Amino acid sequence: MTEHYYKPEHLARFGDISEGSPELARKFFDYYAAVFAPGALTEREKSLIALAVAHTVQCPYCIDAYTTASLEKGADLEQMTEAVHVACAIRGGASLVHGMQMKEHEQKAGM
Amino acid sequence: MTTFPSKAPEADGDERDPSLAGPRSAKTLRSRHAPLSSPAAQLAKLESVSIEGSALDFEAVLAAAGTAGLHPAPLEVFQINLGKLCNMTCRHCHVDAGPDRWDAMMTRDTIEACLRALAQTTAHTVDLTGGAPELHPDFRYVVEQAVARGKHVIDRCNLSVLLLPRNTGLVEWLGERGVEIVASLPHYRKRNTDAQRGDGAFEKSIEALRLLNAGGYGQGNPKRMLTLMSNPAGAFLAAAQHSVESEWKTALQREWGLSFDRLFALNNMPISRFLEWLVDSDNLEPYMARLAQSFNPAAVAGLMCRNTISISWDGRLFDCDFNQMLELDAAPDGRAMRVESFDFAAWQSRRVVTRRHCFGCTAGAGSSCGGATT
Repeated sequence: MTEHYYKPEHLARFGDISEGSPELARKFFDYYAAVFAPGALTEREKSLIALAVAHTVQCPYCIDAYTTASLEKGADLEQMTEAVHVACAIRGGASLVHGMQMKEHEQKAGM
Repeated sequence: MTTFPSKAPEADGDERDPSLAGPRSAKTLRSRHAPLSSPAAQLAKLESVSIEGSALDFEAVLAAAGTAGLHPAPLEVFQINLGKLCNMTCRHCHVDAGPDRWDAMMTRDTIEACLRALAQTTAHTVDLTGGAPELHPDFRYVVEQAVARGKHVIDRCNLSVLLLPRNTGLVEWLGERGVEIVASLPHYRKRNTDAQRGDGAFEKSIEALRLLNAGGYGQGNPKRMLTLMSNPAGAFLAAAQHSVESEWKTALQREWGLSFDRLFALNNMPISRFLEWLVDSDNLEPYMARLAQSFNPAAVAGLMCRNTISISWDGRLFDCDFNQMLELDAAPDGRAMRVESFDFAAWQSRRVVTRRHCFGCTAGAGSSCGGATT
């Protein structure tokens, strides 16, 4: 049992995950690098999407990494905050829109 | 002869010259007698950093990338640091410049020695820096002399200095001589700019950019070239200048009706006040790791230490302004080179002096006084 579930130094050592399965790690990291290369979306757009998703999956490693990445792609606090609000709105909206299922069930079950 | 105030302000006398009122986000290390005011202490601090899994031996990393030492390319830029006096005191300053720095100002004799040395070289550009070079009493003299010798002249400008009463008319004067203005602006939005350069710095910068545009600067005229220079406001690498330049142009035009010609983005160097900030904010080790891990072999060929000569206020020769601040003299035969005894052949056959801070120029897209090196 470790003292903490999340250790900041794990981020820098992420590559060590290849030890148990070098081939799968290679495929994953190659794919990962290709995903973040500039394409139809810019590198900054991809960083801001990653930042929003990081908040949704609540990954502290990803939040650190994509805050730095977004800054280094020229984004600023206002843009990054808007990205986090997008994640927040979709999460909140996802809860709320399930209310439609609740309503439907209520109508069916009720008199 | 240049004359300086007979009573230079005392070390803690930041505020004693009201004519130098400017935005402040810090006080000079020197005025606070801070331990890191000494270049030796800065180098020791950099050497003390240890990072798991990262090699911080710059020469070894260079060698592994196939470059055995840095050697000069043809000399292009003759950079004169006129002194450390500045009306601003930015948090990230690698010079420890400020309004109390009358202790470090180039004399007219040294300026004359610079002009004699310039004549020996192939440099096509004279790059004036500081401090705020415009505050030097001989600033206009140096510009005139360099222009008379057919050189392209760069004024590295903090923008707010152009608003001081003593500099009324300076923009027109520089424009008439075709001087390029390379102006510092961390960001086109206020928040990041004021955090780095002091409250009010952004408004003053915008006002100064208005003056420059009104004087014909920043509108595609090669004789009125306005380059903006952006440092990140924090412990992260500079954005790719080619990808943010058009965004900056659009935003400054839309929000302020301002234009400029090109954008340089450069990394902050772990030196002087930025080093102190890194230490105080617990960012030194992660930042050094970031620089080292972002080493880009493609950034090496265009490093400014290869095509620049950097001369300090006291007439010593350095590979770059950063080595100058760390007092890492160019000393190919063990003796520090001086401008009075300048020998161009010896200069071109030297080897560049490197330490750990050099990772700042090879990180990412590369970083120099001329922007990215890739």
